[in-house]
Amino acid sequence: MMLKFILTLILLSPLFGAIAAGLFGRRIGRRGAHTVTIFGVAVSTVLSAYVFWLFVFQGHAVYNDALYTWMVSDGLRFEIGYLIDSLSATMMLVVTFVSLMVHIYTIGYMAHDEDYSHDNPYYQRFFSYISLFTFSMLSLVMANNFLQLFFGWEAVGLVSYLLIGFYMKRESAIQANLKAFLVNRVGDFGFILGIAVVVMYFNTLDYQEFFNALESQVGTTMSFFPGMEWSVITVLCLLLFIGAMGKSAQMPLHVWLPESMEGPTPISALIHAATMVTAGIFMVARLSPAFELSAVALSTVLLVGAITAFMMGVLGIVQTDIKRVVAYSTLSQLGYMVAALGASAYAVGMFHVLTHAFFKALLFLAAGSVIIAMHHIQDIRQMGGMRKHMPITYWSMLIGALALIGFPGFSGFFSKDSVLLAVGETDVYGAGLAEVLLLIGVFVTAFYTFRMIFLVFHGEESDYVKTHDIKESPKVVTVPLILLAIPAVFMGLPMVGPILSGTYFADAITVLPQNDVLSTIYNDYFDSAIGMALHGFVTPPVILALSGVFMAWLLYLKAPQIPSRIHAMCPRGYKMLASGYGFDRFNEIVFEQGGRKLGDFFWRGIDVKVIDTGLVKNTFTSVAAAAGALKQGQTGFLYHYAFVMIFGLLAMLVWVLW
Amino acid sequence: MNFVIPSFTPAIPEIVLLTLTSLLLVADTMWSKRYEFATYYATQVILVIVGALILTSFTTETVTTFDGSFVRDAFADILKLAIVVISLGLFLFSKEYLLQAKFYRGEYFTLGLFSVLGMFVMVSAHNLITLYLGLEIMSLAIYTMVAMRKDHSAALEAALKYFVLGALATGMLLYGFSMLYGATGQVAFDAMAAVIDAGEVDHVVLSFAVVFIVIGLAFKLGAVPFHMWVPDVYHGAPTAVTLFIGTAPKIAAFAILYRLLAEALPGAVMDWQPLLVILSVLSLLVGALVPIVQNNLKRLLAYSGIGHIGFLMLGLIAANPDGYASAMVYTLIYAFMGLAAFGLITVLARTGHEFDRVDDFKGMNQRNPWLALMMLFVMFSMAGIPPFIGFYAKVVVIEEVVQAGFVWLAVLAVVSAVISAFYYLRVVKVMYFDAPQDTMKVEPVARHLTWAISLVAVALLVFGLFPSWVIDLGYHSLS
Repeated sequence: MMLKFILTLILLSPLFGAIAAGLFGRRIGRRGAHTVTIFGVAVSTVLSAYVFWLFVFQGHAVYNDALYTWMVSDGLRFEIGYLIDSLSATMMLVVTFVSLMVHIYTIGYMAHDEDYSHDNPYYQRFFSYISLFTFSMLSLVMANNFLQLFFGWEAVGLVSYLLIGFYMKRESAIQANLKAFLVNRVGDFGFILGIAVVVMYFNTLDYQEFFNALESQVGTTMSFFPGMEWSVITVLCLLLFIGAMGKSAQMPLHVWLPESMEGPTPISALIHAATMVTAGIFMVARLSPAFELSAVALSTVLLVGAITAFMMGVLGIVQTDIKRVVAYSTLSQLGYMVAALGASAYAVGMFHVLTHAFFKALLFLAAGSVIIAMHHIQDIRQMGGMRKHMPITYWSMLIGALALIGFPGFSGFFSKDSVLLAVGETDVYGAGLAEVLLLIGVFVTAFYTFRMIFLVFHGEESDYVKTHDIKESPKVVTVPLILLAIPAVFMGLPMVGPILSGTYFADAITVLPQNDVLSTIYNDYFDSAIGMALHGFVTPPVILALSGVFMAWLLYLKAPQIPSRIHAMCPRGYKMLASGYGFDRFNEIVFEQGGRKLGDFFWRGIDVKVIDTGLVKNTFTSVAAAAGALKQGQTGFLYHYAFVMIFGLLAMLVWVLW
Repeated sequence: MNFVIPSFTPAIPEIVLLTLTSLLLVADTMWSKRYEFATYYATQVILVIVGALILTSFTTETVTTFDGSFVRDAFADILKLAIVVISLGLFLFSKEYLLQAKFYRGEYFTLGLFSVLGMFVMVSAHNLITLYLGLEIMSLAIYTMVAMRKDHSAALEAALKYFVLGALATGMLLYGFSMLYGATGQVAFDAMAAVIDAGEVDHVVLSFAVVFIVIGLAFKLGAVPFHMWVPDVYHGAPTAVTLFIGTAPKIAAFAILYRLLAEALPGAVMDWQPLLVILSVLSLLVGALVPIVQNNLKRLLAYSGIGHIGFLMLGLIAANPDGYASAMVYTLIYAFMGLAAFGLITVLARTGHEFDRVDDFKGMNQRNPWLALMMLFVMFSMAGIPPFIGFYAKVVVIEEVVQAGFVWLAVLAVVSAVISAFYYLRVVKVMYFDAPQDTMKVEPVARHLTWAISLVAVALLVFGLFPSWVIDLGYHSLS
């Protein structure tokens, strides 16, 4: 009972903050808005920490209970409830903690936001949105059923849409948020179809009931086309995974994420790096019992992840916008997480989600700090030599970068190395290709990350830096950086053992014995976390990462003329990368223009001619005529009324006695 | 001859209500002008006392008394509680209106209480005599209330129409009763049902009786083609009286319909079911079409109420306990929505200006955004848009009628709901998108009325989020 109350408080206090800041923003003012939202999220964070302690350290039994039943229809229960175990408790803590950091940071970031200062209470609205996001994300991770999962899923999508287009007077922001919305719609379409399959074959929305019934549906097939039988569980997993591809930006549904950088930087950190985009990974991990039963689905997941990890990493090399570099690295890292899921190493995928949440939020916030110092210039070619001016930002960004490339000892090393080990160990179809892609991806990651670091902080001071007064950001910005840097460095060390041994998520994740790559890794390779870190220096991933750093140093500090020469040598390759493999162009031609043509046909051909004129207009005129005629009957004369009654009586008598 | 003193216990709420109301009637004539609000407050206190009495003695058992002419069961208790709650609300909304309209009279409240007493008796009726007694207590009080505003010719005309047509309908009802008695030789419902079940009844006489009874009841509910009084009376009566007619009596009318058809005449279901189908279809059509061309909100709501009656009958047409339960749920929800809708119009009226035309609501969002939102809640709920409770009301009856095999009727009901969404949404459109005719802020005379009306309107949303609270009331008491 007490626990239920605490959970409800965790869930609702950000919502309270969002409502207070959103609806009463004008009344409570800027200070009131950030106080109330930060208070709400802080309450959630503290209580989430308690819940985390309870479930992860104290080993509290899995808590699965409904808060209330919304309605029951034909045996299908629509409920709001919580399923709390190590998985959701961990996600809750990460979401609330990162969100709290971002809330605090926003005070500094938004205060500097000069291109958006008119009398509209945008500041309050911003705080309202990020608190609303926290609420939505919490309801997604705490859910014990598909309905609530779907609610959270759509709600985070909505807030993401609102925030990408936060600078609503900027043309590019509006296009970016529309794009994010449409692409996510494609994913959600698969997702809701997946839920429909669950309802159709399992007649439940509850996770636990769904898991319990999985066994009995293993052999069931369905056919879309006569003669083609599909395993229900495979169809279900693939459809749900399409949803995950949309939200977690896997190819080819990744196109929205780079453009989501049009939103304010705190949002990029919170939503488009640390939390929302990991919802897909969380969902697959949560539904591990189902994915385990379909080799086809696992293989698809693995390949999609590996291809995304590699191809998106390569694009990071040619970006010139500091936030876009970080965005492409997010895409690439999401690929790593998804690949881990495909290898049945759900725990490792989640582990990478967790470490990534911290170091990527750190990188984004540090990038934001740079942007603040540069007065909202984001082009890294205009930066350079900023190390001396912003030491705190520099060091925290460096820590984030080392964690990202997987430098031994940093949190990212443990999670990424575990991903690589798991993919190396699995024998799902396509594992060999995936491993090669992911290993090259390590090199690429190190290269573009340090390209950015070198261009921004090292080398000669650029003209802009020379001529302007570049100074370190205020405390509300740097304190969150420092607080995020701590887990980015240290959280891998204590966690890797329990993750690999499978004890950490034991109560939440199901892996079939034949797919259990983690126990092989744990028994054969793992001795201790320190040992793993030391051994890391002689393994291919770290060597590849360090050579990536070296290459970046060579090309951008030592001999900066080489990149432009390469550029001149193969303009076509460069062009292809700069256009992001032409996905946007393809979407534009096929979906946008094709969609317009199709829409035009339906509009002029079907809608105007058949529906508007044929059906609607005629219906309207006939309804109006009928209404008018019936109104005429209401003459106001008593004897008419009495006559109608008597007539009705007679008619009914005749009807009954006939 | 043995004279056994009947048990008075089941009828205590009615007895208390009658006693206190009679005392109040006397007191009201003697109170000086200084205490003119005392009647109002006393009315509310009496209602609270009666409600508390029912609540504390609530039982799920069925008890009959007065030689089987009076019954008390969960169905009766729940409906009576609903009547009490709704009456509390409507008296609250009415008081300021009566002051504004300058005809504040203690009689409005005492007559209202007597009418509530009539409804109680109807709800608990267990034979034809009691039923008729209750019906007349209620109706006579209401006729008088409609006519109370003597300086207002529209009100007088409405009262006269209502009275004459009501007398005609009562005549038919009584004629039906007498034939029913002639056919079965019984007045008590259960005994009647037993006789009909045994097959000892002349079928032609029974069918005749059923036709007359259904028509009499259809008049009370306002089902087409016995609805002609509804728009004129709703429109002509002072808004506070419209508020009264449009809400609580519907619950009582549903109760007698249920008692007669489901308890006394289950054996004649083949006779009354097709009649209800006709009434329901016609009501749905009229309720969907005619409001489209109405400009007066009271009139619009009167017609839309006819459509709601059509929906309510769908549950009865299913002719099984689940169906009755769904109709009961619909009735309760409809009465509550009526309270919200007419309540809003009532509290906004000012001296010399009834706030009852659709045009009055133009630009409401600029004049009072909160009340515009509340009106939107009410309209959405009436139109049956989720998550408001009106949606679930429609869902349960449609589900039952589909279960009973009348798919075409369900389709017709849905189509009519779609058409009627037009005029509900028109009100919303007018409030939010049209320019106001007058930029002055509108709000109720007293601040507590804003709170009260908001409570009722927000409840439509809250119940919609927790629909099982209401739905279980019906299903637990009837099936």
